Amino acid sequence: MTEELTCRELVELVTDYLEGALPPGDAARFERHLAICPGCTTYVEQIRETVRQTGRLREDDLEPAARDALLAQFRNWKDLAP
Amino acid sequence: MVVVREDESALVAALRRGDERAFMQLVDAYAPSMRRVALTFVRTPAVADEVVQETWLGVLGGIQRFEGRASLKTWIFRILTNVAKTRALREARSTPFSSFASEAEGDEPAVEPERFLNPDHPGGWTSFPEPWAELEAREMRGVVEQAIERLPPAQRLVISLRDVEGFSADEVCNVLELSETNQRVLLHRARSKVRAALEEYMAS
Repeated sequence: MTEELTCRELVELVTDYLEGALPPGDAARFERHLAICPGCTTYVEQIRETVRQTGRLREDDLEPAARDALLAQFRNWKDLAP
Repeated sequence: MVVVREDESALVAALRRGDERAFMQLVDAYAPSMRRVALTFVRTPAVADEVVQETWLGVLGGIQRFEGRASLKTWIFRILTNVAKTRALREARSTPFSSFASEAEGDEPAVEPERFLNPDHPGGWTSFPEPWAELEAREMRGVVEQAIERLPPAQRLVISLRDVEGFSADEVCNVLELSETNQRVLLHRARSKVRAALEEYMAS
């Protein structure tokens, strides 16, 4: 008989689970525990939310001044290249 | 904008020819990420910009010798981390970037053990975590940013590359020369701490 996970054990496995790095048996135990544990379900959702919020930290526009500086650098390099 | 692997050999060839458009394509694709990653190493945006510029010099200097064994992206970011590390050491930051892997060692619970003292279920939550209220995006962003800044260096770097910049696990292992397991441990610890910071903020 496989032992079921405790909550304390589950929280340590969340990243492995989300990465798909848990072997199938462990992934099944993980999901079985979630099915019966509102606390851990909330916890996993909080980790997912954390990842979502972290992903929002990007601002993808390079400032024009910085972009111009890199372009100038490139032209400089080109002029100096053999 | 994403630079795809198949486009890479054409891009590399164009760079070698001094094709300006190819260079700016690369800049637009990666410079914002590079700047953010540089900021995980050095103190000020000004120094981070210098690190990024120095990195591009290294890229241009090395492009003739680039063999394409690693992807262009991981090669560029590896140069970046080396330049940034050197610069950070020169600026004499209190935490030296000696070994990223060492931060993956030892025991570090994701949640304090005291939270699991349920008398009826061994190892069970003493009380369930509270579901989070809706917060204004800017608020959450501030809490997350601060929490990441407070992380130890390797954890800060891994969560930045993975969750902020969207690098794959493989790419991060390549750039930082970490094993898969160590990368995952660092990511786990980083995410756990950021979650805890959000939880604390929600509760206040």
